[in-house]
Amino acid sequence: MTAPTAAKIRVLIAKPGLDGHDRGAKVVARALRDGGCEVIYTGIRQTPQMIAEAALQEDVDVVGLSILSGAHLELFPRVVDELKSRGVDDVLLFCGGIIPEEDTRALEALGFKAIFRPGTNTQDIVKFVYEHVQK
Amino acid sequence: MDDLVERFLNGERRALARVISRVENETPEGREYLRALFPHSGKAHTIGITGGAGSGKSTLTGALAAEYRRRGHTVGIVAVDPSSPFSHGAILGDRIRMQDLALDPGVYVRSMASRGALGGLAPTIDDVVSVMDAFGFDYVLIETVGAGQDEVEVAGTALTTILVNNPGTGDDIQALKAGIIEIADILVVNKADHPGADILVSQLQALLSLAPAGSRRPVIVKTTAIKGEGLDKLADAVAEHRQYLESSGQLAEQRSQDARHQVLAIARAILLERIRRGTPEEQLAALVDQVANRQLDPHTAAEALAAAVTA
Repeated sequence: MTAPTAAKIRVLIAKPGLDGHDRGAKVVARALRDGGCEVIYTGIRQTPQMIAEAALQEDVDVVGLSILSGAHLELFPRVVDELKSRGVDDVLLFCGGIIPEEDTRALEALGFKAIFRPGTNTQDIVKFVYEHVQK
Repeated sequence: MDDLVERFLNGERRALARVISRVENETPEGREYLRALFPHSGKAHTIGITGGAGSGKSTLTGALAAEYRRRGHTVGIVAVDPSSPFSHGAILGDRIRMQDLALDPGVYVRSMASRGALGGLAPTIDDVVSVMDAFGFDYVLIETVGAGQDEVEVAGTALTTILVNNPGTGDDIQALKAGIIEIADILVVNKADHPGADILVSQLQALLSLAPAGSRRPVIVKTTAIKGEGLDKLADAVAEHRQYLESSGQLAEQRSQDARHQVLAIARAILLERIRRGTPEEQLAALVDQVANRQLDPHTAAEALAAAVTA
């Protein structure tokens, strides 16, 4: 564990779209908090613009998107576009929720480095973040 | 130094975001950026917003920022939430209450973790506020961690301090106690649509009437931030306070006091760091053992530590 004042990994956990179930997002946020990250949680029903703007203003290292509605192939590319249009091109992207196996390749092509589905051990998410981000 | 300062001074928000991170993490570049940017600060009016957990600070901060936007001003917000004493991680959730501002190009919201600081703020809050100020926002709003009775640090960071109170959270003896209530320039009674708001206002008025004659009494403003009510009066009260600071000469006085406090706090931190670095772990462990075993009192032990590096 680092000193309280040391630099921390900053993570934005966001829920794009209209689904209102954020228990999963909160569980992940809590696990990352307990793993020593500073987690910005912006609540449900975020537009891609809002997510990208929050990522920019908060200067996060990681963006994790949670989605259960099935609209990930609709919304995630727009989040990625909004990030790019703001010059935020160096964040680690991961996602989680109800995401069919057959969509894995499309999401990887968008730049998502991991997809965490139901049943994931939260420690694996924390480990993933620390393996990919140096602070 | 890279071109970040130039991009910052050109008003690029991503440059602001990056500079804040370096400053918050106290990196060597962060120091350089602060040195370059500090002379550009001192123009914004800084407002501290403090009060108990759940009192509506974030909602009020967002609503006050929206009021300033209606008046044509730009606003930077720094919102602090607590770090875990165990993992040192944090959940920063203040943005949730500020969604209406999410895409406003005249508003910038930055969440900070308290990173072990006591007093309701974060160790580098003054530096981050200076950076926001240097970026050119007309107002910088500083929202503290949910405060109890004694988190008074914000008064040394902001020019105007707003204390958020709620109806139904204690009798008039709470308001009579020393501590946080003494630092308020403006007392807000938020959630004023809840029962007991008027009783709280009259209790606060009664309390303020006990203040010594001639001293400036804080203004009381009722708000229902979630409905956007009372914010015009609050913004007016802030303007009046600013006016008072300027006309009374208090502005220069307060800036001087804040600068003194800031310089001494940094000097204290530098000395502590020197002591930590200059003390071999075995020496520290030996002293700590003696104190734990009651062979040595903690003051004598601390003086031995300090003597080793300051002699």
